Amino acid sequence: MIYLRTVWLHLKKDLRLEWRSREAIAGMLFFTLLIAVAFAMAFDPTGYPTMARQMSGGLLWVGLLFAATTSLNISWERERRNQVMDAHRMSAAAPSALFLGKALANFIFVTFIEAVLAPIFIVFYNLHPLGEMKWLWLILPLGNWAIVANGTFFAALGLNARNRALMLPAILFPVSIPALLSVTQATTAVITGDFEPGSWVRLLFGFDVIFTTACLLLFETVLHAE
Amino acid sequence: MKRIFWMLCGLSVALLAWGFYEAFFVAPTEATMGDLQRIFYWHVPINISAEIFPYANMIASIAYLTTRRKNHALALKLDAIAIATAEITVLYVGLGLGTGMIWGRPAWGIWWAWDARLTSALLLFLLYVSYLLVRKFSSSSQAPVIAAVLSVFAGIDIPIVFESITWWRTQHPAPVLRGDGNLDPTMKIAFLWNMVAWFFWGCTLIWARYAIVRREQQIAEHEALTALEA
Repeated sequence: MIYLRTVWLHLKKDLRLEWRSREAIAGMLFFTLLIAVAFAMAFDPTGYPTMARQMSGGLLWVGLLFAATTSLNISWERERRNQVMDAHRMSAAAPSALFLGKALANFIFVTFIEAVLAPIFIVFYNLHPLGEMKWLWLILPLGNWAIVANGTFFAALGLNARNRALMLPAILFPVSIPALLSVTQATTAVITGDFEPGSWVRLLFGFDVIFTTACLLLFETVLHAE
Repeated sequence: MKRIFWMLCGLSVALLAWGFYEAFFVAPTEATMGDLQRIFYWHVPINISAEIFPYANMIASIAYLTTRRKNHALALKLDAIAIATAEITVLYVGLGLGTGMIWGRPAWGIWWAWDARLTSALLLFLLYVSYLLVRKFSSSSQAPVIAAVLSVFAGIDIPIVFESITWWRTQHPAPVLRGDGNLDPTMKIAFLWNMVAWFFWGCTLIWARYAIVRREQQIAEHEALTALEA
């Protein structure tokens, strides 16, 4: 119970910080919007509706992945001011609760971006999904969590690195490629209706479970890395 | 150390030369692919070694994480093993991709296909390049821990990546060693010689890199000590 309370406190703190500054959400939102526009210019989706259907799932997730990396660094940057990280290191509270609270906060931010952006994508790319839309209720949160859990962990990993902005994508992208593959395949399956997304969703779920466990177990080591 | 290194190098070269002779002059020409198939004697041993070294890296990293608080000297040695195996993994996976592309151009007509096995090999390559990048970017006191954690993640990731082989339709030839394919006995002998040669050469390189990293660690420790005493 104490553990859950610590997670809740961390989550509440991160939500409040974001509510006051709104820098992560505003940045992500604008960035993903720009990516959507840039891709639309490059591929002319309205002229080729079949191609747009096949590509838009991938474009949405690549955009979200890029946007998430920009905000994940911000989310740990807040903890560096006034030596908050040192306070976390000395605190008796479970380190994984800090990770879980922050990952949940980032999850909420990315979900918000997605909720705003998915309709924009549908309008911009003139999409008429042919598969069963109800799968998206499962695919979107699982995909978000895959990006956010690993991203939060790796952002903490690179906290003291010389080249932080480059390091996060350099670690996050190779490790999360199975997740990116399954989430884009599943989303494409729903949009095109060509195949069943079920097996890709299972792979995504397995990825989430395995890597969340690994993050929770190893976070303490990362926090006390010195 | 230098003398042992040159001896091991000489032995590796002899083994590689013998493997080359076996593959080119002893093994029969394959029925459908002709001489093109001979690249198999390098491509497969290199890739098998390239899948063994990452696990040596992961085991060394896990051992490092468990011993770093208790036994500092042992932990440093394990970290040196992790660096050496990661570098040789990048080298071997790179060679495996290169030989595969040389084979793919005449056999498939394209240098690269986004086939599952090729993609997973490429991902293995990217994972260990990112491992080496992380070592370079991290502050020196944190680098071993961070790299070790990343190595555990990479080790978890590899089977998940390889699992995708069964999911994606694959263009790569089925494994002949444990699959339905069968191998002529002389082909098998040539293959095994090359397997031994390439694995031995990889281990020689790992050992040499390990020795160099150990020296660097000792120099750094010595410098830290003299700075403290001054």
